[in-house]
Amino acid sequence: MESDMNLCEVSLKNLFDTEEGKRVLSCIQCGVCRGTCPHGFAMQYPPRKIIGLLKAGMIEKVISSPDMLLCISCYSCKNKCPRKIQLTNMLLPLVKEKVFENLGEVPPELQKALENTFRYGNPLGESPKKRQEWVKEAGVPIRILSQDKSPADILWWVECYSSYHPRGIETAIATAKILNAMKLDFAILGNEEVCAGECARLVGETGLFDTMREKNLKTFKKYTFNRIVTSGVHAYDALAFKYPCSGFHYPVEQITPFLAHHIQLLKPLLKKRLDDYVVTYHDSCVLGRHNGFYEEPRTLLSAIPGLKLVEMAHNRENGLCCGGGGGGMWLDTYYKMMGLERLSEKRVKEAVASGADVIAVSCHYEIPRFEDAIKVMGYDQRIIVRDVVELLTESMGG
Amino acid sequence: MMKDICVLVEHQRGKIADITFEMLGMGREVADALGYSLNAILLGNNVKGLVSQLGIADNVLLMEHEALSELIPETYLQALNKINDERDSEVVLLGYTNMSMGVGALLSSRLGIPFINYCKNLKVEGGKILATCVLYGGKVEAEVSSSQDKAIFVIYAGAYPADKGRADRSPTIKDISPPSFERKVVFKTYIEPEVGDVDITKQDILIAVGRGIQNKENITLAEELASELGGAVCASRPIIDQGWLPMTRQVGKSGMIVKPKLYLAAGISGAPEHQEGMRGSQFTVAINTDPHAPIFDISRYGIVGDALELLPLLTEAVRKKKGG
Amino acid sequence: MNIVVLMRSVPDTVEELEIDGSGKALDTQWLRFITSESDEHALEEALILKERHGGSITVVAMDAPEIDDALFAAYAKGADKVIRISSESRNVLTSAQVFAHTLKDISYDIILTGVQAIDDMDGQIAPFLSSSLNIAYLGVVTGLTFDDAAGTFSVKKEYAGGLRGEFILSPPFVMGVQAAEKPPRYVPVAKIRAAMKNMAIEEASTDIQPSSNIEIRKMYKPVVLGRAEILEGSPQEVAERLASLIAEQGLLGVK
Repeated sequence: MESDMNLCEVSLKNLFDTEEGKRVLSCIQCGVCRGTCPHGFAMQYPPRKIIGLLKAGMIEKVISSPDMLLCISCYSCKNKCPRKIQLTNMLLPLVKEKVFENLGEVPPELQKALENTFRYGNPLGESPKKRQEWVKEAGVPIRILSQDKSPADILWWVECYSSYHPRGIETAIATAKILNAMKLDFAILGNEEVCAGECARLVGETGLFDTMREKNLKTFKKYTFNRIVTSGVHAYDALAFKYPCSGFHYPVEQITPFLAHHIQLLKPLLKKRLDDYVVTYHDSCVLGRHNGFYEEPRTLLSAIPGLKLVEMAHNRENGLCCGGGGGGMWLDTYYKMMGLERLSEKRVKEAVASGADVIAVSCHYEIPRFEDAIKVMGYDQRIIVRDVVELLTESMGG
Repeated sequence: MMKDICVLVEHQRGKIADITFEMLGMGREVADALGYSLNAILLGNNVKGLVSQLGIADNVLLMEHEALSELIPETYLQALNKINDERDSEVVLLGYTNMSMGVGALLSSRLGIPFINYCKNLKVEGGKILATCVLYGGKVEAEVSSSQDKAIFVIYAGAYPADKGRADRSPTIKDISPPSFERKVVFKTYIEPEVGDVDITKQDILIAVGRGIQNKENITLAEELASELGGAVCASRPIIDQGWLPMTRQVGKSGMIVKPKLYLAAGISGAPEHQEGMRGSQFTVAINTDPHAPIFDISRYGIVGDALELLPLLTEAVRKKKGG
Repeated sequence: MNIVVLMRSVPDTVEELEIDGSGKALDTQWLRFITSESDEHALEEALILKERHGGSITVVAMDAPEIDDALFAAYAKGADKVIRISSESRNVLTSAQVFAHTLKDISYDIILTGVQAIDDMDGQIAPFLSSSLNIAYLGVVTGLTFDDAAGTFSVKKEYAGGLRGEFILSPPFVMGVQAAEKPPRYVPVAKIRAAMKNMAIEEASTDIQPSSNIEIRKMYKPVVLGRAEILEGSPQEVAERLASLIAEQGLLGVK
């Protein structure tokens, strides 16, 4: 996991003066980026073309086109690039920022999600005062820092979908149960938490990301904690790689690798056998391709007695993105109008073909996306979606 | 002279809108409670033929002029002002409709009479009219009265049963001569909605179908009901994804946000993404075979049953109710 | 073309609305305010007109908590001048008087504002101004096109069921905008932040005291029934019952 600190000050203007910029210049135009991109066939400006045009001083062509909306920030191009160019996390957002400023019309669903994030601190448009409502139904103690300001070991960053979306809340409750069972000292920000802003950043809304970061950094200063564990994978990326640019220095882990590192504590709690579960793990783009956490989720799943693990044809660094990253979560209609197959449906087909009856996930967009795809494709009776933490609590006895 | 309540008759292209009868029924009740007379104000061009429908009123104040052919707020204001000069009314009722938007406020400003909007009912208490106003899309209500004896009330559609505003009597007609109209706004033409291109966000009544409709052919069952109710068919995403209806009919997070007066969800489970598109609906009814479907959490009424069976039965029941 | 856009704020219904101790007003403690939706459409329509025909846009807004975000966004979208009136009066009667007073010092050809706000109990801004400024008015407007040659505007008004009417008039006038030709545009947050740094909102003051000509006896939250009432009986029976319920709502053949 490389530090991104040297990426903090990079802009399109100074790009070629920086270390990273020189790496961009070393692009050999091989086209692996386009080849591995889920939307590559539909793009007018895949990464290698963007780099070529940048070098030729013709980046205006890309900026005046909506083409970059096709990028779902799946990290495939970055992962496969033989020159190790920081595409998904650095170069593409820089270009997308300019694209966004130029977009005559922002697709309505995306516009709403961004406006909601700015005003309410979450893309769903729910009241910030309801962000900690879910805690009431958790059934286990969850400390909220505004109510009890004493220091905590772990600040558990719950994120938006886990706080507001019914299925997300179920995973939050599962996580709370696990953290309690492991007797960890944790607390949450509750209503004071606002979206970490990573998906806004990935789609090109850097101003929005900056605003969210400012708010969260201000809130962190109020409390004392040692480290942060996030439920959201995108929140993990933001806190681990982008927040340090503004002086944030806490160790951050996402819950899946965190739990895997504590497998010895966890394993004795997994008492209930899940014998009839044939599970396939869908690799999260962020945890997997960006951060290399391929084995950790599998370690957790393998620790569940009786559970059978199978792999989809595309797995680990080759996993197929669910389509929800980088704004994709709110661009389904836009992509559909372009005649593109919904990526979540493609992935569900693969999951069914693997013989699994459970798709295990770690990223919160995946649950609504896959459950939706399952419904549309009529696979309701054949396969379900569960977050890894949900499977763990099930094995803990509920 | 006896005090009176006036109702502005709302009509377009030869037809009196239902809201007029609702206001007349309501006005009749209030007038009787206060001992006032009830007048219907009919403004237009060649509209005398509509008078016979207004029998529940004591008088019809009729003003006909070419300038009143279409409801243009400024000309209606001048007409109402002239009528008011001759017969100083205590109370005026207008419909909460796009047609008469602004007329009440113009009149209020001109005459210096308080204006009360969003009324869902009027009642008389201690000799005063008390309105119940609906605010914030129905989240809050207020009981409001005018600080004077006089008031202008704007009345919500559906507030009062329209048949209570009909009577077999013939009202007395009082012709009021029109003023010389000053016209700044000129009506040019009507623009009909494009055929086959329904804007579901503008519909008052939506029949929504989900996977419970099972196949494309069954959508006609929803269309028949929609036709009977004067609404349109819309759908949740799976139906659109199947290509059974165009994207313009999609309701939900990825589709349109709708706020109709009636939203009837047939065979829709009510996932959060769908709810996002229709939770502003005023009156939601759901039909689903699953008693635990989330759609029931946000509906006013529900039927646990098969939409395919219930839709035709409902269409028939509505047809009978309208006819009878 | 000098366009004035009038904007006001309303309680944001994403938040829970509570009634205060008096039982006659909203509890403002936890209230958030948001610019009235149709006022945002009025601004969008103004921006479209400016893009097509040139001219300038002056946004005039009544003060309210958090309104500055929307005002700087207006600058970022293309407003030329933004004025905030230091009156937090919330009823239409007073707001209209305050706007009329402020408009005395502003030259305008057309005034656009939202057709009405969700809590406009005692009036509507556009017709009140039409009366006090003696200029033409039309409400529920969904589009304005300007005929440069004739110097007139063609204005589309929306009726029920998608029917529209076209009207012709010349400035000056005030319109109650229902919806702009296109939904209000998105403005990147970076541009709003830049506006906050580089632009200034002008302040206008007023001596006009709030007054009201209606009396709120009581304000309350209607009882929410929660889960649906499930109709019982044979399919025939429930269908008939449902038809009756729909009729009771006045929804049979609403036009």
